[in-house]
Amino acid sequence: MRGQEASEQAERKAVMATLAQSSGDDIVRLWDEAGLPSEAELLRGPETGLVTVRGRIGGGGAPFNVGEATVTRATVRLASGQVGHCYSLGRDREKARLAAIADALWQDPARRGEIKAKIVAPLQAALAEARDKRRAETAATKVDFFTMVRGED
Amino acid sequence: MYVAVKGGEAAIANAHRLLADRRRGDRSVPALRLDQIVEQLALGVDRVMSEGSLYDRELAALAIVQARGDMIEAIFLVRAYRTTLPRFGYTRAIDTGAMLVERRVSATYKDLPGGQLLGPTFDYTHRLLDPELATGGAVEEPLQRSGEAEAMPRVSAILAREGLIEPDGDMLGDYVPGDITREPLEFPMARDIRLQALSRGDEGFLLALGYSTQRGYARNHPFVGEVRIGEVELELDVPELPFAVPLGSIRVTECQMVNQFRGSAKAPPQFTRGYGLVFGQSERKAMAMALCDRALRATELGEDVVAAAQDEEFVISHSDNVQATGFVEHLKLPHYVDFQAELDLVRRMRAEYEARENTGKAEENREAAE
Repeated sequence: MRGQEASEQAERKAVMATLAQSSGDDIVRLWDEAGLPSEAELLRGPETGLVTVRGRIGGGGAPFNVGEATVTRATVRLASGQVGHCYSLGRDREKARLAAIADALWQDPARRGEIKAKIVAPLQAALAEARDKRRAETAATKVDFFTMVRGED
Repeated sequence: MYVAVKGGEAAIANAHRLLADRRRGDRSVPALRLDQIVEQLALGVDRVMSEGSLYDRELAALAIVQARGDMIEAIFLVRAYRTTLPRFGYTRAIDTGAMLVERRVSATYKDLPGGQLLGPTFDYTHRLLDPELATGGAVEEPLQRSGEAEAMPRVSAILAREGLIEPDGDMLGDYVPGDITREPLEFPMARDIRLQALSRGDEGFLLALGYSTQRGYARNHPFVGEVRIGEVELELDVPELPFAVPLGSIRVTECQMVNQFRGSAKAPPQFTRGYGLVFGQSERKAMAMALCDRALRATELGEDVVAAAQDEEFVISHSDNVQATGFVEHLKLPHYVDFQAELDLVRRMRAEYEARENTGKAEENREAAE
């Protein structure tokens, strides 16, 4: 049971990560296409605030504060009782609200499949494609060293 | 006599209206959109985010437009905006080793794991102005090279295996990182607080100080162990969730500077380090920060403090361009009363001086006459 709970949490976190990484425009578009309910009781927000970003001295040492970033958060409750949260970089309030609803719907076993198929999977695919493209573009600038033969054999 | 006056309200209102007009410029030229600035002046946006100490591209672009391209004014606007927002907390420390790398070079190792990735760099360009950009021609898509993504460990980890470099900087026990946005600066300060100040410090100031160390003022023989630019994920611990909530990714630039060290009675000879980490793509700033970080560790490493770049109070107190511009620029605001007081004083001193001179001359005359 414990393992199942852990994997459930890991999946929920991955869904939240996908939503946070995606653009608000993409989420709104998929949401409209899916015809999912876009109303829920707002328990908090959407509201914009700051988080202080931490780095580590030398890359892996003690933490230090680098600077702040804007974050928008929202918490919603569905009529069926599930409470969903979103924290996402930037100031897109509608994105935060929809992502919180997505988190709530994901917790509803009756809705989970639909959310995964219609929202999360297409977003994940788009993110993976963008990441692969970026990697491949960077890889094309990799230096291939070759040795110059000097003098006579 | 001083008489209190007020005035200038109409002048100020009209000046601001004029500013808005000049900011817009010729109306027959299309107005800039924020997405154009975010996309096409991206490094300027990054500088405003880094020194404004706020990661938000659209806000930085807005600040650049509002400031008519005056970067320090834009940074000022962003800093002021920050103070209006509540704080949700401190993120977990980012892992630059897990970065989605867009550029990564090392000047110390040719064949390091993951390789040398030049990315979108100005290096090796000929710095010739390109007239084609003025005419807005089409731009080719970048080439792609497929292959498995290779792990890219930080270069410091490679040297660490041989024990020839000092470890990443650790703090004692359950040390809580200081925060210069919460507590006033106090000297001497811990390295973590210094790094926070340097990360939002003025690029030009840090660049000049870094340069000064290369020219012999606190020389410490730097090598760029590694510069990497790319996206890292942010996570935040919040009470309502049993796991750290993912927030999305930000782009950062990290510089690992490797410096010589002779060793001491206590420490064996090994390389020392300076560290730079800034928002956005700015390797000049990250490198300058790393040079300054290393120079400012003089006392910790038992070096003589002989140069400006090693003087913590000097460097950190003057690295913030918002503070600096505030104090310098306030000089142009009305100082009528201060100046009136000084004027009176100089007049009085002048009168005394002239009286003395006259007495002196009268005495000389009398002596001459006698």
